[in-house]
Formats: sequence, C-alpha cells, structure tokens
Amino acid sequence: MSSWPILSLVTFLPLVGAAWILVVCREDETGANNARHAALWTSLITFIVSLALWAKFDPRAAGFQFEERLEWVPAYGISYHMGIDGISMFFVLLSTFLTPLCVLASWTAIEKRVREYMVAFLVLETLMVGMFCALDFVVFYLFFEGVLIPMFLIIGVWGGKDRVYAAFKFFLYTLAGSVLMLLAIIAIYYQVGNTDIVEAMNFKKLTFEWQFWLWLAFFASFAVKVPMWPVHTWLPDAHVQAPTAGSVILAGVLLKMGAYGFLRFSLPIMPLASEYFAPLVFGMSCIAVIYTSLVALVQQDMKKLIAYSSVAHMGFVTIGIFVVNVQGVQGAIFQMLSHGVVSAALFLCVGVVYDRLHTREIADYGGLADNMPRYALVFMVFTMASVGLPGLSGFVGEFLVLTGAFKANTWVGVLAATGMILGAAYALWLYRKVVFGTITRDAVRAMTDMNMREVAVFAPLVLVTLWMGIYPSSFLDMMDASVGKLIADYDAALKAAKATAMLGR
Amino acid sequence: MTTGLDNWTLAAPEIFLAVAAMALLLIGAFRGTKGADLVSWLSVASLAVAIFLVLRLEHGTAFHDLFLVDAFTKAMKVLSLLGSGIAVVMSRGYFLRAGAWRFEFPVLAVLATLGMLIMISANDLMTLYLGLEMQSLALYVMAAFQRDSERSTEAGLKYFVLSSVASGMLLYGISLVYGFAGTTSFPSLARGFLAGEVSTGVVVGLVFVLAGLVFKVSAVPFHMWTPDVYEGAPTPVTALFSVAPKIAALSLIVSVVMGPFRPLLLQWQQIMIAVAVLSTVWGAIAALRQENIKRLMAYSSIGHMGYVLLGLAAGTEEGVRSVVIYMIIYLATNVGTFAVILSMRRKGEMVERISDLAGLSQRQPMMAAALLLFMFSMAGIPPMAGFFAKLNVFIAAINASLYIPAAIAVLASVVGAYYYLRIVKVMYFDAPAPVFDRPVERDMAVVMLAAALFVFPVFPVFQTPFLNGAQTAAKTFFSGK
Repeated sequence: MSSWPILSLVTFLPLVGAAWILVVCREDETGANNARHAALWTSLITFIVSLALWAKFDPRAAGFQFEERLEWVPAYGISYHMGIDGISMFFVLLSTFLTPLCVLASWTAIEKRVREYMVAFLVLETLMVGMFCALDFVVFYLFFEGVLIPMFLIIGVWGGKDRVYAAFKFFLYTLAGSVLMLLAIIAIYYQVGNTDIVEAMNFKKLTFEWQFWLWLAFFASFAVKVPMWPVHTWLPDAHVQAPTAGSVILAGVLLKMGAYGFLRFSLPIMPLASEYFAPLVFGMSCIAVIYTSLVALVQQDMKKLIAYSSVAHMGFVTIGIFVVNVQGVQGAIFQMLSHGVVSAALFLCVGVVYDRLHTREIADYGGLADNMPRYALVFMVFTMASVGLPGLSGFVGEFLVLTGAFKANTWVGVLAATGMILGAAYALWLYRKVVFGTITRDAVRAMTDMNMREVAVFAPLVLVTLWMGIYPSSFLDMMDASVGKLIADYDAALKAAKATAMLGR
Repeated sequence: MTTGLDNWTLAAPEIFLAVAAMALLLIGAFRGTKGADLVSWLSVASLAVAIFLVLRLEHGTAFHDLFLVDAFTKAMKVLSLLGSGIAVVMSRGYFLRAGAWRFEFPVLAVLATLGMLIMISANDLMTLYLGLEMQSLALYVMAAFQRDSERSTEAGLKYFVLSSVASGMLLYGISLVYGFAGTTSFPSLARGFLAGEVSTGVVVGLVFVLAGLVFKVSAVPFHMWTPDVYEGAPTPVTALFSVAPKIAALSLIVSVVMGPFRPLLLQWQQIMIAVAVLSTVWGAIAALRQENIKRLMAYSSIGHMGYVLLGLAAGTEEGVRSVVIYMIIYLATNVGTFAVILSMRRKGEMVERISDLAGLSQRQPMMAAALLLFMFSMAGIPPMAGFFAKLNVFIAAINASLYIPAAIAVLASVVGAYYYLRIVKVMYFDAPAPVFDRPVERDMAVVMLAAALFVFPVFPVFQTPFLNGAQTAAKTFFSGK
C-alpha cells in the first residue's frame, strides 16, 4: 500500500491538464495544436499512473483498497471517501485507457474549438474515474450527474446535424432517472445515518418494503444509463449525433455506469428487492437482446447499427448481474470491459471512414478490402470480437453469462443465446456490406488506408482484445475475491430473510 | 420593569439606515442629479455599514416584544443587505445609459431595505405589516422609475395594484387572528396556541396571512404579477426584486409559521405543500416557451420559491436550515445571472431576448462560461452549488416523510432543467449573433466572477461554515422557548 492518494491523483490529474489548457493555450491554430498535445500527454500520464493501481492491487482482498477519506460536510455525514475493489478497478482503467485514444482519434477530425473540446474530454475523464472510485453516495452522485455536463456540450457543440435534439434527449432522459435516485439516496441516509456506501452495504437492516421502493428508484436511474429496453431510445440518437470520440466514451464507459450501479448498490444494499425484481430484469433484458438485435439488422446507418448492438450487448450484462452467481457476475463484468473496448473500437472504425467520406450510410461504402486492407483487417478483428468468436474478448464474457444464465433459468439462457445468433447476423452483414464486394463509387476508390496515427489508435485496442480473449485469467483473477464476497453477502441476506420469515410464521 | 426602550440598540442597523436615507436625500436635494454618483456610493456604503452593525448585534427583543433579533433574523438581514447592495452597484451603468440616473434611486433602495430589515425582525403582526408596507411603497416607485417608459410605469402600476390587494388580504387575516386570538404579538400567540385554544377563525386568518405573504414571494397561485413586473421594470430593479425582497418575505413566512403558528403545523403544512408543489411544477412548465430572459427569470424564481417552501413545509430544523442555505445560493446565482443580463447590450441598447445570447461562447467565452455555471446551478446539476441547495431541501422533505411532494418537485426540476439547458444551448450550440458591447463594465465583471466562483467551486467545497451558520440560525426556532 502506498501512502500516496493515488486514486485522487488519477481522478484529478486530467483536471489539472484541463486547467493548463484553459490558461496557457490560445484560441489560434498553434493554441489548438498545443491543446491537442497537452490533452494527449495528460491523459497518457493519467493512464500510466492508473496502471500503478493494477500493479499494486491485492487480488486476494475482497474489500476496498487504496482507500482515502476526508471529512467534507460533517453536518450530513458526507465525506470524500474513495476506494476501489476488484469490481471497480478495471472500469477505472478502462476510462483512463480510452481517453488518450479518444484524444488521438479526434486529432484532425475536430477542427473548430479544439481547446474547449480537449478541456471537455479531460473534465469528462475526471468525472468518469471519480464515479468509479467514489465510496460516498453524494460524491458518487456528484460525479455520476456531473458527467452529463461535458457530454451534453460534446454532443451539442461538435455533433452532427440533429445534435441539439440528441443532446437534450440524452441529458433529460438520464436526469429524469437520476433525480429519483437522489431521493433514494437521501432515504438511505436517514436509515443509515451517513452517506457512506460501505456502511450502507454493511447496514443490512433495510426492510423489504424499503428495499422495494429504493430499488425502483435506483433502477429508474441505472436502467436509463445502461440503457435497458424500453428506455434505450436516447442512445441511438446520442451515438449517431455525437462526434466519434464522444460515441467511444458513451459506449465504452458511460453505459457501464448503469450496470456498475446495479453491482455496487442494487445487489449489496437491496438484495431482497433484487431477487424480487430479477424476473423483471430478465424479461427486459431478453427483449433488449432479441428486439434490438432485430432492429440493428435493418439499420442503414453504421453508427446506429452499432448503437443498437450496444443495447443488445448490455442486455447480456444485466442478465449476468441479476442471476447472481459467480459465472454470471464475472461474465457480466468481463462483458462490460470487452464491450467497452470492442464497441469503442467499432465506433472508431466508423470514424475512420467517416473522416474520409463524411457519410455513415452503409450503402455508400462497399469493397473497402481492396483499397484499405489494414482497415479491413482491424474492422474484422472487432467485428469478430463483437460476434463472440473464441479467442477474442467478446466470447469470454458472453460464454460466462450464458453459463450463469443456464444455471439460474434455462429460458433466460435460451433466449439470450438466440440473441448471440442474431448478433452474428447483423455484425457480419455490416462487415460484408462495407468491406466486401466491388467498389462502385469513385469517391470510395479514392479513400486512403489508415495512416500511422490511426494505426497507433487501433494497435492497443487490438492487443487488449486479443489478450482478453486468450488469457482472461489476468482479469478474472483480479475480480474473483470481490465478486465472491458480493455473492456470499447476497446469499446470506436472502437466507437471513427466509429464516426470519420462517420464524415469523 | 422595562420601558421597552431599554434595548433600542438592537434596532441600530434600522435606525442607522433611516438616518442615512434622510441624509442621502438631503445630499441629493442639494447637489441635484450631479450628486447621483455620490449618493449611490454612499448608499452602498451605508448598506455595508448596516451589515457590520447587524453582525455585532446581540440577541433579544426590544420595544415591548415588537422587535426581535436572533441568529435567524441576523442571517436573513445580512443576505437582504447584500442583495440590495449588489443591486444598487449594478444599476448605475444601466440608468446612466437610459438617461435616468437620479439620486432618488439609491435612496429608495435604502428605504426598501430598511423596510425589509423591519420585516425580518418582526415579532408582532403589526411590525410585520409596517415593514412590509414600507418596503413595498419604495419598490412600487422603483418599478416605475423609468417614468418616460410605458413598460416601466405599467409594471409599477401593476405591481402596486396587485400588491395592494395582497396587503389587503394580509391585513384582513391579521385582523381575524387578532379578533379570535386577542393579540398580535408572536410570543403571546404561540402561548395561546400551545395552550390549545385554536378557533376556526384563527385558521381562516392564518390562511389569509399566508396568502398575503405568498404573494410577496411570488409562489403559485399568487404569482401572476411576477413575469409582467420582471419584464417591465428596469433591469436593475428586476435584479433587486428577484433577490432582496424575496429573502425578506421568505424570512417573514418562516418566522410566522415556525414562530407563533408552529403549533398549527398540521393546518399550514398542507397549504405550504400545495403552494410548493404547484410553484415548482408551474415554474418549470410556464418557463418552457419564454423568449424573454427576464420573463424566464421570473418563472425560474417562481420555481425556486417552490423548492424553498417545500423545505419549509417540512416544519423541522432541517427545513429552516434548507431555507437559509437555499437563499444564500439563490442570492449568488441570481445576482450573477442578472449581471450577465445587464451586460447584454448592443450599441448601447439593452437586448433581452434569449436568442440574443446566440453563440456567446465564441464571442465572450468568460461571460458564457459564467452563465453556464449559473444555469447548471439553477437546474440543480451537481457539482454546482444549486445542487446542494436542492439536496438540503430534499433532505428536509424526505425526513418529514413528504415523499410524494418531493418526488413531484424533483421531477419538475427535470422539466425545469430543459429551459436552463436551452440557454446553454443558445450560447454554445447556435451560430453567433452580433457581439455585445465591450468591455463588460467592471462592476458587472466583478459580480459575475465572484458569483461564479461561489457557485463553483467555493460553495461545493467549503460548504461546512455555511451549513453551520444556517444550522445556528435554524436552531433559534427550536431552542425551547
């Protein structure tokens, strides 16, 4: 254990970079260039610092590590409490890993107001990392909601044609869900006496009736964030209109915030209600997996197709979480990480061709394998990973989730497995339409293959995808103890409730 | 045996302001319009001195229990004085350009503030009425201050007529309470109610009193005057209206319902909940289609009053604390926003449509960033100060088991977020409109910067002293008198 406040360092380093850009870089062309470099270096340094977390993480400890605690508002028992466990550590890494790639991917794509763009991304990184580290409800809520502000601006300022509509929809949808969670947080505060998440987890005295309402309030927030069917409609709009890097962060990290919320709050704090509502979640998830896969099949827009596929993949995640067994939960977390990398990469792939042709219509492309062989290869790797080809990251998560689902409920398993087949259908269809066939348009023929900067963006993503697929243990081992504790606590709570129910009778 | 004059020093700030106002009037009368600058600065200085005097006050009652000083009244007085002072500072440039920079304006502001201070310290229904009328009379004149402008005079007249109706209701309620309870003194009323003598007449009187007071804070269903008056009055006057009188009137509501009428909690709580919920909802919905930023601010303030009253409806110490916290933050965001609105000038002409802000982020990024902070703060988005204001309110409401009203209010805040976001959208997403006059006046820039820094990061990070102060203020109603 180091005595350095390493979590705060990782959280607030990007903010330092943002302040630097605001103060030092000017509005002109050189200023823009300086801003790009400053953002890249800040996010790279942040990533390197965050790697120290992984290096020093003790995989045998189930509890929270690198804890920091500072009194903040004693009147309400609010403290600045940070810490990570096996569940949250990789999400921190995912955030710090994707941000430099986003900066790099926006190098030339963003031409106007570069300075503000880089500032928004660095602020966003701070908020994302802080959210995964927060161990106090109010601190968590601050980061969770704060994310909306830079994302709203990123979509609205640098987005596509209907960016204003998409930005408002994104903001208001997620805000509407979240405010109910705020009331639930206050209610928990009155039950527990302070706003510490760890104490709320160990409280274990919430009656079923309380859990019922609290769970629904949290669900309202997280279901929108995940997003689950039928509140997913903001996602395709936001994805399509957002700039490439915005989509990457949306798909890569922001969607994980909802599922992370289920793992962090719903299961440990409201176990009885989680069990009670599990069928509801299964139902919604199965519909999400099958329905949105079908919707994805008929999309004309590349980004929209990937957006719907995200909803389907997140359906797997929610199933995995609520079956509450080791395979399911570990699979869900792994699936989230894999989806974070793969869908981010797919959006980047779309970005590469969009930067050249400025259209996202699938029909406008075709035959890219001829003049963009490097691109065709990279795109194929991620398509296969998304489909769940063994040896790539997608397979591990989906396989574990399906195993867990079959253990808990055969029907859920069967329906989810159907979704996998549909997933293969739309992903391969997209790949065939864009990459294979013959080139019919001159504009497409003129497209150049990926340059060195783009290769630099994709190389780490390919490596991680392969690594996660070939040797998943290096990830699963880290989360083993924490997931084990989560499930043991959950089972114990259910058992205790059953015992009291028996006694009562 | 007290003569009632023993503790007259408790009213030192009020006495000082009264003398100062008269002296300033004389200076103004001798020096004419040329003296406007001097009078303005002297009036700001006297408001500052008054703050200093308030802070040094001891607690107690004076003038035969007519006048009360405690931690709560002191806190509210400081806030009102701050609000008025800043409004006077911000008014100079506007009136200079309008050719209406006269020494009466700052003097009237001082007199209105004097009325507010008396309201806040009221410990008797008569003092309450006295202070309220003193404040209102000065405000009527200020609303109509640009006497060559049709809009301004119309606003003044509207405000006068409607406000008089409200004062009438208030007075009628006071007479009912007096008729049935036999006293107008807060402590005697409280003793009587605690002893269990509550007649229907008193409750009816309470309803009228509350109706009169709710009018003054412009909460639904007595809000109709607000948008028109806000829009019509000269902008610096609107800036004044939106803060200091609201603080004073709210403080009045708090001391009435938490003081003498606290034993009647069940009677007034339902009124308060209804008013609060209606205000939050209507404040959010009606603002959606506004094109004029001053009208928008009017509806926004209606909504904000709803949240404050929701905290008060809890009827607990946390409730009062949330009122104080909310008003501190409301003061900062509102003053800051009006500093921006007052800087919206093109070629010397004020513009006040929301679309005039288009693309401000590219022309005047600092000003746009400040307004962005204020808007997100008003919408209650963390980590801005406004979030903590709402957090305090909801903490109080949830603890008092007001789940449904809290849920409605919180959803109304989502609707409200839309129109705050719309301003951000206009500033950041839209193509730039012609640039505003530059440079921004120094006074405005200072106010904007200070308010923005307060909204984020000063308040969110260092909120404990504010909370403790509000806590002390709230305790006065619960110290077992």
